Amino acid sequence: MSTLTDDDLDRAFLALADPTRRAILARLTRGEAGVLDVAAPFPISQPAVSKHLKVLEAAGLVSRRRDAQRRLCRLEPHRLEQLFEWVGGYRRFWEESLDRLDEYVAELQQGGTP
Amino acid sequence: MTDLDLDVPADEPVIRFTRFVAAPPPLVFGLFTEPAHLRRWWGPREQELVQCDLDLRPGGAFRFVSRGPDGVEHPFSGEFLSVDEPKRLAMRVTYEPIPEAWWVDDMTFEEAEGGTLLAGTTTFASLDAREGHLAAGMESGMRESYERLDELAAALA
Repeated sequence: MSTLTDDDLDRAFLALADPTRRAILARLTRGEAGVLDVAAPFPISQPAVSKHLKVLEAAGLVSRRRDAQRRLCRLEPHRLEQLFEWVGGYRRFWEESLDRLDEYVAELQQGGTP
Repeated sequence: MTDLDLDVPADEPVIRFTRFVAAPPPLVFGLFTEPAHLRRWWGPREQELVQCDLDLRPGGAFRFVSRGPDGVEHPFSGEFLSVDEPKRLAMRVTYEPIPEAWWVDDMTFEEAEGGTLLAGTTTFASLDAREGHLAAGMESGMRESYERLDELAAALA
């Protein structure tokens, strides 16, 4: 199991700290796509989208390859999954605690004794 | 049911969350501050809150000990920084085995339609401290399912 270094985390979170890059990632969850297709929904130039892709690639979130004349990019699920796990502990503490809180509130409101 | 909304900014050593709770602020504040209530919900499901002592006033101390199914106890202690019933509660928390890694939990309880909007900010001493805290809670084993990715993508969108 590989772990994330501080540098990996810095790069990944900086890459994610931008709404355009998050939208690009969301688009790529639907599958590999050409750079032009990725750029299409955004009101910015294709070179600007390429710059965003470069940041995502440096963060290990996206990989790019050439297929004949097309330049394709795709999501690197492993890095995203690592980030997901990384925030998982905190999320799990609060999610489970507050789900239990909801159940307890429902119990109190039905007249149960604490 | 009601989702936890989590925000982990890249450049600030904080984690923020918001969550709706279907009960009025005075009750929710009580659920967070009365040991008899806290024992019923604080912590992940498999953890039991075996000690819950608190002196609810600014500067007052508290100590929570949770015990997992493996019998390992996790002691947390600290002091209340702000007690403004039923609107705000802030405390400095230390996980006793790692005393240098303290953090501050600051929670507000805002009246919302049908309940309370709970907003929490956890502030760490540094970005490194935040990363250490999160890494400690990291689950082992990496799952590579696209289902989880969709979940994440939705959270990021």
